[in-house]
Order: sequence, then C-alpha cells, then structure tokens
Amino acid sequence: MNDMTVVDNTVETQRTKIAAQNVNVYYGESHAIKDVNVEIEDKTVTAFIGPSGCGKSTFLRCLNRMNDTIDICRVTGDILLEGEDIYDKRVDPVQLRAQVGMVFQKPNPFPKSIYDNVAYGPRIHGLARNKAELDEIVEKSLRRGAIWDEVKDRLQSPGTGLSGGQQQRLCIARAVATEPEVLLMDEPCSALDPIATAQVEELIDELRENYSVVIVTHSMQQAARVSQKTAFFHLGNLVEFGPTGQIFTNPEDPRTESYITGRIG
Amino acid sequence: MPTIWLVLVLIALSVAGFFLGRNRALVSANGNPKDLHSLPSYYGHNVALSALVPALGILAVWLLLQPMLIDTRVSQMIPQDAVPEGTTLGLVMSDVRRVAEGLDIAVAQGAMTPEQARNVRTEFSDVRGRLGEVGVALGADVRPEVMRAAQTYRSMSNTGTTLMTIVVALVAIGGFAWSYGRTHKDFRARNVVEQGIMALLIIAASLAILTTIGIVLSMLFETRNFFTLHPWTDFFFGGTWAPNFRGDSELSILPLLWGTFYVSLIALLVAVPLGLFAAIYLSEYASSATRSFAKPLLEILAGIPTIVYGLFALLTVGPALVRFFGRGEDGILGVEWMTGATSVLTAGLVMGIMLIPFVSSLSDDIINAVPQAMRDGSLGLGATKSETVRQVVIPAALPGIVGAVLLAASRAIGETMIVVMGAGAIAKFSGNPLEAMTTITTRIVSQLTGDTDFASPETLVAFALGLTLFVLTLGLNVLALYIVRKYREQYD
Repeated sequence: MNDMTVVDNTVETQRTKIAAQNVNVYYGESHAIKDVNVEIEDKTVTAFIGPSGCGKSTFLRCLNRMNDTIDICRVTGDILLEGEDIYDKRVDPVQLRAQVGMVFQKPNPFPKSIYDNVAYGPRIHGLARNKAELDEIVEKSLRRGAIWDEVKDRLQSPGTGLSGGQQQRLCIARAVATEPEVLLMDEPCSALDPIATAQVEELIDELRENYSVVIVTHSMQQAARVSQKTAFFHLGNLVEFGPTGQIFTNPEDPRTESYITGRIG
Repeated sequence: MPTIWLVLVLIALSVAGFFLGRNRALVSANGNPKDLHSLPSYYGHNVALSALVPALGILAVWLLLQPMLIDTRVSQMIPQDAVPEGTTLGLVMSDVRRVAEGLDIAVAQGAMTPEQARNVRTEFSDVRGRLGEVGVALGADVRPEVMRAAQTYRSMSNTGTTLMTIVVALVAIGGFAWSYGRTHKDFRARNVVEQGIMALLIIAASLAILTTIGIVLSMLFETRNFFTLHPWTDFFFGGTWAPNFRGDSELSILPLLWGTFYVSLIALLVAVPLGLFAAIYLSEYASSATRSFAKPLLEILAGIPTIVYGLFALLTVGPALVRFFGRGEDGILGVEWMTGATSVLTAGLVMGIMLIPFVSSLSDDIINAVPQAMRDGSLGLGATKSETVRQVVIPAALPGIVGAVLLAASRAIGETMIVVMGAGAIAKFSGNPLEAMTTITTRIVSQLTGDTDFASPETLVAFALGLTLFVLTLGLNVLALYIVRKYREQYD
C-alpha cells in the first residue's frame, strides 16, 4: 500500500461546483441513497469509493439525471449545479447532460468512425458553425483525451476497432468535446489493463485543469493516486468525505478505516 | 389381421416389456435399487423401446414399399395393347386396385367365398354385377386381363401383409428377448436409453429435412416435365400470360412476376414505416406497462388467418378505395380511375397491414439487442431520445432491420390468399396501382383448381411457377438470415 502514502495532491480549496443536499434515491421500494450531503469542488478530482452496491454509482448518475431513464427510480432532495437546482422542472435534462458529461464503466464507442464519435456531441448541440470548426473541436478533444497521436491518421476508421484503453480514451474525448463543466466517470478503468489504466489516470489528472471530475472507483489505490477529495459510501450512506490524504491516512469513522484496510467490502 | 391390431399388440408387448424389464433388474439386485447401475425405470424403458421402435420402423417402411413393389410387378402383367386409346397405364392400374378392393369387400361380406374370389373369371361370370351388389360400383365391365391382374394384386398383397405381420412380430419379440436377456444390475441401461432417445430425435430432424428435399425434388421433376412441353424461353422471356386449352398458350412468368413485385412493394411501403416506428415506440419510449399490453395486441395481427385479411381486402378496403378513386361524379375525389374493388393497391395495403407485426416484432428484438451502453453514451452527451434513436440505435440495428424487412418481403412474395381475393386476375404490365393485376401465387391456385390434366403445360406451369417462387423466397431468406447473423456477431 505504498501508493497511499504518495498523496501529495494539492488540497487548496476551490469554488463549489455541485452541492448535494439531503439527497435520497429510491428504486421502487428500496432506499438506495440515504440523506447524502456533499460539495464537489471545481477543478478538483473527487473520488467516490465504497463496497459494491453502496450506491456510489447511483449517486453519480443523479448528478446528470441519468437516473431519469430508469422508470422506477425516484430522487428527492436538492442537487445544485452552480447554485441552480438540476431537478427543477425548468431544467432540461438534455442540456444538463451537455454541461455534465459522463464516461461509463465499459468503453462504449458508437458504431461510427472515430471522427463521428467525437463530433457527435458538437453536432447535436450545434457547437460548430462549419466543417473547419468541427475539425478543430475534434482535434482539440482528441488531444485532451491523449489519443490524438494514435488515431490522427485513421480518423475515418471505426471507433469500435480500437483497443479497450484507446476506446475509453476516445469516450473521454467524446465527452470532453461538448465542453462540459463537470465530468462524471463511472469506474472508467475497470475494463482496462494496467497500462491503459495508467494512461487514463494520467489523463484524469490533466483534465483537472479545466474540469471538475468525479470518479467512482473500486480501486483504493486509484482513488489515492488521482483524487484530491474522497467520499466513502457504505450501504447508501455517505460515511465520510474529506481530503484524500486524510481519508486514507487518518479516517475519522471506524467504517472508513475498516474499508480501506480491507476488513469490510 | 388389420395393421391396427398389429400396432396394438406391439404397444401391449412394449408396456409388458417395461414392467418385466424393470422387475428383472430389481430382482438381479435383490430388490435393492441402489445396487443398480441406472434407475429401475431405465431398464424398463430399454426393454420397451427395443421391442417397439425397430418393429414400428420396419412396419412403416414395409407399408410404404409394399404397394410400390406390387404395383410394378402387377403392371408388368398388363400387355401394352390392353391399355385403351386415350388412357394411360396408371388409369388401368387404378381399375385393377379397385377390382381387388371390391373382391376383398365381397369376401368380407360373404358374397363370395375366398375360393371364388381367387378363381372367378369374367368370361364366365358377371363380376361387375356381383361387385355392384356389395356396393362397389365399376365404370365398365371388367376385362379379363384386368381381372387377372386384380387377382394377382390381391394375392400378392395378402401374402405381403401376412409376411409383414410375421416379420414385424419376430423383430418385436427378438428386440424384447435380446434386451430382456441383457437386463442385469450391471447393465448400463441409462446410457443405452440416452442413445435411443438421441436416435429418435435425429430421426425426427432428418424426416423434416427429407420432406423439404422431397418437395423440392417433386417440383423439379414436374418443372422438367413442363419444360419438355413448353419452351423455356417463352416462360422466362415471353411477355404474355394467356393460358388456353387449344394448345397454343403463352405462359410467361414476367407479367406475374411484375404483379408480385408491385403488390409486395406497396405492402412493404405500408409495413416497413409503420412496423419500424411501432417497434421504436415499443422498445424505446413505451413504459413497461404500455409495452406489456401493446406488444401482444400488435402480435394478434400476426395470428389472423390470411383468408380473413382477404375478406377485409375484398369487402372493406377495396370498396373504400373505389369510393375515393372511382364512381366518377359520385366518388369522393370525383374521378373515374378505379372501377373494381380488386387492385394492386387493395391487396398491397392489406398485405402491408398483415406484415406490420412481422417487421415490428423482429425489429423490436433487434433494437433491444443494441446494448444499453450505446444509449447511455448518447444520452450522457446530452442527446435527446429521438436523436439517440436516429443517430445511434437505428444505425447500430440497421443490418438487423434490413434482415427483418427482407424476411417480410419474402412473406409478401409468397402470400396467396390476400392476392387471390384482393389483387384480381388479369396478368399485365402496368404501373397503375389502381388496376387489377395478378401474381404468381394467384396463378398457381387458378391453374391447379378445378379439372386438371397433369399432362398439359397449362397445369404443369404451376410447378415451374412454384419452383421460381421457392427459389426467390429461399434466396431472400438466406440473404436475410446472413445479414441478421452477421449483425448478431457484432455485439456478442
């Protein structure tokens, strides 16, 4: 566990980007998230950790209203993005999702060319006025996704033909292309090998310069490596939330300590 | 002894075999089932199946082959000059069979002794009258050679049946004895029964395949007969369909093919958009409650017999179209474009309705097979539902949807009842959908109904039409399955 001691990530306090207040989520009868309060800061990587089924992914999906696509899911409480309630009736979930991008557990490139994958979001939201601008957005996004050099000569070949790690970086580039303010990542490395994981982790660290990143992960080393803030979920409760270094070296709650030392989970 | 008794005896033997075999196995293990290799019932089944299955198989083959063999043998007895002008050997043989049957009935009713039936000569006795008394009416006096052939036929089938009974009984008893003798506590009855069941399943599968091959072969032979009577150039490249009975029919498939394609095209124009949109609604938009009643409701359409669709075309859709496009001043549009209820449009519209559930349920399955991750990815980028469907789900599902459309097209091409009732009977090339036209299937029906003479090209053309249709739909199905399968591999 040498990794956990290298938390030298800066913990300067940033502006609050997303504030969740008393959030409860129900799947039909079951109560998946219980009274969660959390403040996610701008230009910071926030990691959600916890055992399987603790609700961390569910909570992440609340942040861009992806849970709306599940019929039986019900959310109460307030989630404020830049001070505005995203569950307000006037908010269009479609616009919200352009602001709060998402990268999924399994790389899911569309069955289109690499170029069209990245251009998908900008085209939908009309971000480019002409082909040249679109080309520019695609190139910029692929560079941000740290995959430009690998694919620049084959932008028209299908995105599904890339390797797993490349696919995931393509998906990150695709999410970045819509110029989101927040990037949600649901276990982005769980389907990747260690080398691809390292590449994606490096990328996450770079993304911090421009975005607020929230990452759900099962790997505590990964949380320690990439995040500045860590939230520990257990059985639907947010047990502890604080600077990553503190959570891993000096947790306040005995449950957090049990989890990171491997006694529960 | 009638065959049914033989079968009943076989079944009784096999049931007895079950209990005897089971008992013997238990006895060999001193009544303790745990000492047996297999469950006691496996030993019973082994004896029952060994007694029944081979015997039944031989019985079935025998029943198929015996009439064929006897027919060939007896038909050799009939001299060439005994076949009257204008008839065939086949007709004389059916006379022979009828007389033989009559003699059987006469003996059974006591009007003749078996001795008389064997020896009666038409030269000395009014056989026609005597058979008439027992209810077997013959068209003409029985000629001596027919009588002799009938008597041979009768004696041969009697010998054959007796022989068959003996052979089948021996095989059954042999199978019974052999497997009963092998029944012992160490005998691996379970494995043997398992193999027996596999053999049964293989036989069932091969019967289905052999039947298909048989159908194709019979069509091939009749088609070859047709092409010996009629030039194939006219069939494939002629321009007119005009069968008559003077012997100078023009039998070209092209006008029929045109009608078939035209009706199918209209049907697909109706079915593909409606079916596809219904599938998209059901799989992407509908709540599970809506889906759970709307989908079965839509699939009811697939269960309606096509004759009912035909009635709907003839009595509802056709007259409605005439109200729109016909009747001159009295019509809704005030035009005189359509005269009768039967037209390409009538049949096409109704066939399109019939095809909706095909397209929709196949497309629904295919759309559901597109991984949820694709939709999540698109929705997560801020796409709306319809943008996701249009730009991600449909392109991903497209090969499968094309396959579904091709399957629907092959249904449309082979559909019969709706076009018989809705499309009309006039074979012609025309682009006007309000005119009556005819299709391949309709012509097959009309060439084969009523009085048919299987030696004339006007009848035999039905087989050539059928074979062409078969090749067309088979090609479409193979193409569709290939496309669907290729698509499946993408996500597995």
